[in-house]
Amino acid sequence: MPLAWLLLLIPFAGLAAVPLYNKASPDLLGFPFFYWYQLAWVPLTALLIYLVYRKTSNDR
Amino acid sequence: MTAEPDIAALTVFVFFFALVAVLGIAAAHWRRPKSLAHIDEWGLGGRQFGTWVTWFLIGGDIYTAYTMIAVPALVYAAGAYGFFALPYAIIIYPFVFAVMPLLWKAAKDKNYVTAADAVLGRYGSRPLELAVAITGVIATMPYVALQLVGMETVLQALGLAGKIPLIAAFLILAFYDYTSGLRAPALIAFVKDTMIYIVVLAAVALIPLKLGGYGAVFQAAEAAFAAKGSGSILLAPHQYIPYATLAFGSALALFMYPHSLTGIFASASQDTIRKNAMLLPAYTLLLGLVALLGYMGHAAGLKISNNNEVVPLLFKTLFPGWFAGFAFAAIAIGALVPAAVMSIGAANLFTRNLWKAYVDPSVSPAGEARVAKFASLAVKFGALAVILFLPVQFALDLQLLGGLWILQIFPALIFGLYTGWFCAPGLFAGWAAGFLGGTWLAWINGFKPLHTVHLGDASVTLYSGLLALAANILVAALVSGAWRSFATSFSTRSKP
Repeated sequence: MPLAWLLLLIPFAGLAAVPLYNKASPDLLGFPFFYWYQLAWVPLTALLIYLVYRKTSNDR
Repeated sequence: MTAEPDIAALTVFVFFFALVAVLGIAAAHWRRPKSLAHIDEWGLGGRQFGTWVTWFLIGGDIYTAYTMIAVPALVYAAGAYGFFALPYAIIIYPFVFAVMPLLWKAAKDKNYVTAADAVLGRYGSRPLELAVAITGVIATMPYVALQLVGMETVLQALGLAGKIPLIAAFLILAFYDYTSGLRAPALIAFVKDTMIYIVVLAAVALIPLKLGGYGAVFQAAEAAFAAKGSGSILLAPHQYIPYATLAFGSALALFMYPHSLTGIFASASQDTIRKNAMLLPAYTLLLGLVALLGYMGHAAGLKISNNNEVVPLLFKTLFPGWFAGFAFAAIAIGALVPAAVMSIGAANLFTRNLWKAYVDPSVSPAGEARVAKFASLAVKFGALAVILFLPVQFALDLQLLGGLWILQIFPALIFGLYTGWFCAPGLFAGWAAGFLGGTWLAWINGFKPLHTVHLGDASVTLYSGLLALAANILVAALVSGAWRSFATSFSTRSKP
């Protein structure tokens, strides 16, 4: 199993660390950190999945 | 909340609703099969949906009308805590990407239509199949009922009081579903999702402009929570673990539901599912923005009597009538797609794993399609009866229980894709422990999703569905281990 699969675990870690992102600053476009940090994980997760897809779809 | 009917809003609403009714009935001819009288055709749309159809169908199916109403309502009432829907709808997708193509492959190779088919095929156990099928059906019914709550909310905001409009909308749904099967919601999902994207993008772009920008929206919400003395735009430390465990547990549960799995099984290929795991997060972005409508409700200073009114009132207050009508149509149609797929998923379970297993084992595929059509009607009318005759709280409590129950089929459905170590009696015992234990936890906590575990002086509060799943897996492992060592010793002894 290619190591690339481990990339899929990163969003779990990033979003499980609730105390680390439960704060107001730095804010972005009026969004407190808590909100834009979690919203940022949406495209980031899609990107990570894409990377794993690219890495693993050759061997099928 | 019942308002005077607004003619512009009503006209736009009726136009779009009529449009999807026509589409739903015409859908029987879409990618026309030789005959719809086969459960693969009626119940899975012919297993041919490519990347885009699947994207619209699953997106339209798991981000429901009730989500559009209830998530902002919870954020309006509780603040940051209601936002757990966002991490929930993010971490689903790595899971879908890794696991669901394997399940699809098994289903395709052996013609499985339901999760219970897959479990029967894997373990050859009728009791385990029955457990998975019944769990699926009873977990789905309250979910269908909640879609009606979502629809009723917008109908009332339009000034259509009473139960007649709801019943009328529902009959339309039942009719095209009956004739067209899964093709109907798949086709309607294109319209519904396009409308929802327009509504939400307009709302999140224009509403903050009227209310002084996002900074002002968050400040107004924080001020409202401070004045009320509860809720906040940030989590309190005691909410960290509930927040994370609710997100994690809900994510594991989502693709155990029959309506999600129906979307998976109806896909054309493994690659379709992998691509969708990359593309579906677009809906999650939408969900995150929809959640913020709850805060905009505070910033707009809405006076509401029921939290579910936040979204409808926001649109009525800040937008012209025709656009409010468009938004309400989007939400009402948004209820039709999931309600259709849910009742089809439940009907497939009933037909394959109850009717065929216990009533008529020799039923033909055409007979299966016929039974499934009637079963889907029964599910819909059951849900309608719940909404008409029982308090809404009953459906809400059942929906909460449903999430906890459906999570308990996880080990039976998923573990077998990776290992043959677990055995049917173990998985059945685990399911029973999780199902009964979880129900008991929900009961003693007054149908709240959280349970506090005391360990000496320390205590931790977390999602009770995950506790039940832990018990489920533990029992499944213990019984499987015992069963295997018993079977081994038996077979060694019986050798000459």
